Amino acid sequence: MFLETKGLTKRFGGNTAVNNVDFTVEQGKINAIIGPNGAGKSTFFNLISGFHPPTSGQVIFKGQDVTKMPANKIAELGVARTFQTTNLFEQSTVLDNVIVGHRLRTKSTLFDAIFRTGRLKTEEAICREKAMEVIEFTGLMHVMGKQVGSLSQEEKKRTAFALALATDPEIVFLDEPAAGINPDETEGLAELIKQIAKKGITVCLIEHKMKMIMKLADKIMVLNYGEKIAEGTPEQIQNNPTVIKAYLGGSAIA
Amino acid sequence: MEIFVQQMFNGLTIGSVYALVALGLTLVYGILHIPNFAHGALYMMGGYITLTMMTNFGLHYWLAILVSILAVGLIGVLMERLVFHPLRHAPPIHDKIAAIGILLFLEAFAQYVWGADYQTMPSPYDQVVHLFGLTFTMQRLLIIVFAIAVMILLYVFLKKTFIGATIIAMSQDREGANLVGINTNRTAMLTFLISGGLASIACSLAAPINLVFPGMGQLVILKAFVIIILGGMGSIPGAILGGYILGFSESLGATYISNDYKDIIAFVLLVIILSVKPTGLFAKGGH
Amino acid sequence: MAKILKQRNIISLLILIAIVFPFLTKNEYFIHVMTLSFIWMIGVYGLNLLAGYTGYLSLAHAGFFAIGAYSLGILTVKAEMNFWLAFLLSLLITGILGFLIGLIALRTKEHFFAIYTLCVGYIIYLVIDKWDSLTEGVRGLIGIPAPGKAGPINFEEPLSQYYLVLFFLLVTVLIVYRIIHSLSGRTYIAIRNSEDLALTIGISTMKNKLSVFVLSTIFAGLSGALYASFIRFIGPDIGQISVTFDLLTYLLVGGIGTLSGPIVGTVLIVWLSQELQFLQDYRMLIFGPVLTLLVIFYPRGIVGALTGWKHKRDEKRKPQAARASSMAFGKSQVTVDKPVKEG
Repeated sequence: MFLETKGLTKRFGGNTAVNNVDFTVEQGKINAIIGPNGAGKSTFFNLISGFHPPTSGQVIFKGQDVTKMPANKIAELGVARTFQTTNLFEQSTVLDNVIVGHRLRTKSTLFDAIFRTGRLKTEEAICREKAMEVIEFTGLMHVMGKQVGSLSQEEKKRTAFALALATDPEIVFLDEPAAGINPDETEGLAELIKQIAKKGITVCLIEHKMKMIMKLADKIMVLNYGEKIAEGTPEQIQNNPTVIKAYLGGSAIA
Repeated sequence: MEIFVQQMFNGLTIGSVYALVALGLTLVYGILHIPNFAHGALYMMGGYITLTMMTNFGLHYWLAILVSILAVGLIGVLMERLVFHPLRHAPPIHDKIAAIGILLFLEAFAQYVWGADYQTMPSPYDQVVHLFGLTFTMQRLLIIVFAIAVMILLYVFLKKTFIGATIIAMSQDREGANLVGINTNRTAMLTFLISGGLASIACSLAAPINLVFPGMGQLVILKAFVIIILGGMGSIPGAILGGYILGFSESLGATYISNDYKDIIAFVLLVIILSVKPTGLFAKGGH
Repeated sequence: MAKILKQRNIISLLILIAIVFPFLTKNEYFIHVMTLSFIWMIGVYGLNLLAGYTGYLSLAHAGFFAIGAYSLGILTVKAEMNFWLAFLLSLLITGILGFLIGLIALRTKEHFFAIYTLCVGYIIYLVIDKWDSLTEGVRGLIGIPAPGKAGPINFEEPLSQYYLVLFFLLVTVLIVYRIIHSLSGRTYIAIRNSEDLALTIGISTMKNKLSVFVLSTIFAGLSGALYASFIRFIGPDIGQISVTFDLLTYLLVGGIGTLSGPIVGTVLIVWLSQELQFLQDYRMLIFGPVLTLLVIFYPRGIVGALTGWKHKRDEKRKPQAARASSMAFGKSQVTVDKPVKEG
């Protein structure tokens, strides 16, 4: 198994946000998690990426139990993620935002910085090269020197992707990548997500835009009230009565 | 044993003052999530205004306090309007620095107007009373009774009146309060008014047993921060309980440990609390 | 490229002015004031590294300043240690205490961190004030020696002290410059921007924050040790919270999170305070509101406002060129010219 969760549960006070979820991510594929608002999708991401400790259950990545690992250690293992809100440094350029993404693969310390050692210079060059590579890959070459604050929502999302990719991940978790973006741009982003998967990086995303998901995903899991109610290919999900009921009974499909 | 009881009484007195200051601080934190470093300066201003009203204008103690409550409440409202309101979307580091700027200004202002000397505030209640084997001045008894009365009044106001309920609603959920049509601007101003008023009452009550000077708010505000971290930032019962806990610890610590270091107790307490629970006791989750 | 050269020129010019300053004035008092400003600047740089670049507002820095000053004072006066050994040790002591305090303080965030450090600062002050047998309490430490001879150079003279302090200031600026233009600096800025995001890109936030905190306290300690050897008398007052507020004012006026902000702010306010002698204790009547207004209208101080204004003007004039240069700006010319092979 590439990445799997076993009986993953998270309770906040009296509320169970995620309840006993078994989930496997298939390597090299595009995996999706859908569900009505408040179904616990983001919490599920937070548990996997080490932001919240689960109440019970396990997260296993490439055979290693990462349940209790801090988020930065999990990132080092090759798990990257983006947030719903991009959280980027708006007063800085795209390039400057992305360069630091490769920091986790470097070793230079404060000592190297103060004495400008050879190691620092090499590693700075490596980080810069990596940043250029992912900026090119995400199609941001033309805005690389612009301040993030002046970019369009779609370009910001791409920058967030670039930052995640700069960490050299084996899997990326994308939290609602297409939220707040118009249909044309959504197409472009979907294409980029495909490219990521094609590169051999496993993708797992949360999304509300059903049309996009059904076209994009190889495998879908549906969460409702924190519980897994279905798992399968887009076709299977579309024809699953429980899923249809959950959506019609709950909030509308965005 | 007698000393113990006497010190418990003193603890009750100091604790009442602390609780009033902490209440104002916690109310503002609850509504706007600002740690108002200038709150101690409001406390100090309260003392000076009451004193001036008494000595320069010949007002009676109670009347002087009333003027002071209104004046300091108004300073609070001005602070909210002119400083914290424009900064509501700024990074968190900004409102702290702005508050420090106000603090520095008010302290310098007090020194400019009233001088750096220590002044005493005369109280009409300086008689010595012997009761149940305890010796104390009327003023100390007055502090306890009046402070508790104010706290009860505040409680009734927050729980039983519509305006009070808006404050509670807003401290629980600002966005939500806005959605159900609460005027968040007015509520914020009201909260600052109450907060300033409480600081003024606390200082006016405590000043006759202490001294009035420009830096008098510094230690009090630090301790009030300890109290609201102890009691949970934004929690009203927590501020009261924390106030009395600190009051008792200090008066007992002064007797049984060291009078020199009694002021350090609060900070050691805080350092221990935050070392164990970095988000404070009773944190509401999240940051 | 032209812009970088310009920036370099300005810095070189400033250094040159600082070096020739004593020859421009015969007034020893001016040199005294300037030396003192340089000492404060070092402390302000410490605060800037932490508050400006990492986003953690420490209100304990007067405490670390006092620890540096008292360590030097006690080691030289009471233990009669060699000056330079005591000097080194006082930096070490400040750093170790900074490490221990940072270990706990940095578990807290935002408001809690500010309040926590405020209390730590007060505890440091109180301990210095009350621990009579070690610190001489309110009487203060008298007779701290001037910096000892370094080879043939004697530091008893105001002029040589001026250059000694300037030397330490330049070292400080160089270190800070190198840090913020390195991967470490980028890491700190990432933490300031969003700690959650920093964690997801694999940055160990605790380790990084701790190293900044320790370095920042060492700068405060260095500033304190120099102060002690320059003024030759210290009292508990130097550890008071108002000193932290002074440092903060210098930083805010100059520009928090900017490289030259600490210099601009400190020089300006120290000289303004000299000019406004009549204000003395009431200077906060002016600087208090200035602090508040700056945060509302110019949160990045004078330097931030100037660069922001210049940036806007440049972008209006020639959008393309400005973009290209702003890309090269802020980073040395390490790899920009390397062709991109990948993709």
